[in-house]
Amino acid sequence: MSEADHEIEPALSEVDADEDEDEARRGAAAWTYLAPLITFILIIGAWYFISYVRMDAVRRRTALPAPHTVFEDGLLVWEDRKGLKPILEALLVTSRVALIGLGISIAIGVILAIVMNTAKWAERSIFPYAVIIQVTPILALVPLIRNWYGFGIPARVVVCVLIAIFPVITNTLFGLQSAKEGHHDLFTLHHASWLTRLWRLEMPGAMPAFLTGMRIAAGGSVIGAVVGDFFFRQGEIGLGRLIDNYQKDTRIPELFTATIVACLFGIAIFLIVGWISNRTLKHWHESARNYT
Amino acid sequence: MTFPDGTEALDGISFSVSMGEFVTIVGPSGCGKSTLLRIASGLLEPTSGRVEADRERIGYVFQDATLLDWRNVQNNVELLPQLHGFPKAERKRLASEAIELVGLTGFERHYPKSLSGGMKMRVSLARTLTLAPPLFLFDEPFAAVDEITRQRLNEETQALFQREGFAGLFITHSISEAVFMSTRVMVMSARPGRILSEYAVPFGYPRQADLRFDARFGELCGEVSVALEGAHASEASHE
Ligand SMILES: Nc1ncnc2c1ncn2[C@@H]1O[C@H](COP(=O)(O)OP(=O)(O)O)[C@@H](O)[C@H]1O
Ligand SMILES: [Mg+2]
Repeated sequence: MSEADHEIEPALSEVDADEDEDEARRGAAAWTYLAPLITFILIIGAWYFISYVRMDAVRRRTALPAPHTVFEDGLLVWEDRKGLKPILEALLVTSRVALIGLGISIAIGVILAIVMNTAKWAERSIFPYAVIIQVTPILALVPLIRNWYGFGIPARVVVCVLIAIFPVITNTLFGLQSAKEGHHDLFTLHHASWLTRLWRLEMPGAMPAFLTGMRIAAGGSVIGAVVGDFFFRQGEIGLGRLIDNYQKDTRIPELFTATIVACLFGIAIFLIVGWISNRTLKHWHESARNYT
Repeated sequence: MTFPDGTEALDGISFSVSMGEFVTIVGPSGCGKSTLLRIASGLLEPTSGRVEADRERIGYVFQDATLLDWRNVQNNVELLPQLHGFPKAERKRLASEAIELVGLTGFERHYPKSLSGGMKMRVSLARTLTLAPPLFLFDEPFAAVDEITRQRLNEETQALFQREGFAGLFITHSISEAVFMSTRVMVMSARPGRILSEYAVPFGYPRQADLRFDARFGELCGEVSVALEGAHASEASHE
């Protein structure tokens, strides 16, 4: 009918706006890379300054080696027990723990959120304990975990889950509960079952919040894997234990390298989850525009 | 109808809407119009009285388009047949027909985010049409669109009514919208809502846009308007 033609016009002018926006976005994209680069240069500069001007030769070796020393002794060396190789091997161990921990957190967290969403009493019964898990310092739980799970990989995964599960639970629950009254009415009018309502209304509607939770949880699981590795040091060597060893042996350039690698790994996971989030939400949610 | 908190929303309302009838209710805000529709649809149990209606495939158009943001137009329109367990091919056919009826062919793959308010309302109408509901309830569906769009939507709704012959129960604040589309207009009093007066609309269908300039149209709008002012006055005397 006639008004549809009428309304194509705004749709077309939106296309123009998009082109302008594209240019603006390209400018903004340049800044996206330039700004952190400038910060990086400033930090390296400050690092050199402190390392050479503020420190004597001994402390330069034991506390803050210059950037190029870290580069040469840490990144460029590739031997069985020296340089980058053991660090990357440890990264493999740590990343496996982090991913398993994240996977378990998502599975259990989503199930708990769904259970809590079905009835107010279920939410009241479970939520306080989720909060308790979140606020209890991991350090206080280490002896217990050690008793129950030993010193190996399972104990590290448990630490991971303890850190990562809370944001999954809370964000997913918030998402499930954010379905609008009108939408619920619509589903009620058409006799939707509990499962249909969950699957066709609440779960899709929870996606933005769930993905936010997953982004926080992903960062948390990396921290959990490194920290867990620090406490539970039997079996395969992960980044946490390696960092501790290097500190004890004053292998400072490698200590720096391992720390930087751990940091880059966290960033990588964060970006991957952000990318997944953006792909999933690109058609319908405002937040999707903020990531590229 | 009395809510648990003691608010008495509706009192002694009795009417019927037959197939091929389009009844519009106008009344001051807060008088219980939405409550009436919620009771008629079965979303709300009345505290007293009873409703007889075919609610198996009810049509209910809300003031908000209530589209699912993650579904494009096609999939939004397919929602109700999907909830009623229609096979996929049937769903697609019904949705395409309904989308064509509201003039949105070509917009199937658009997401709600990129649609104007009027277009969203059309998608909402199309979604309801897929089930060919015998009873069609409208709760101020066009209140949020601009005047010209609203008039177009009125013309289209009236054409859909003529074509489908459903029983329509429409709620609005706009008197000319009421008179333009309906076979009957009812004026409700301030809370607790009662039917104050009723007007048969003598014009046949299809109705053309220029009916709005007809002297008899203006006269009828005037009468309804006076009755509605009376309804507001009764509210003022309550306070
Ligand atoms: N669930 C409820 N509990 C208590 N009062 C309600 C509830 N829903 C609506 N009301 C009250 O009932 C009256 C009628 O509401 P409503 O039917 O929405 O009015 P209208 O649609 O005519 O503007 C209003 O005064 C409103 O505040
Ligand atoms: Mg209302």
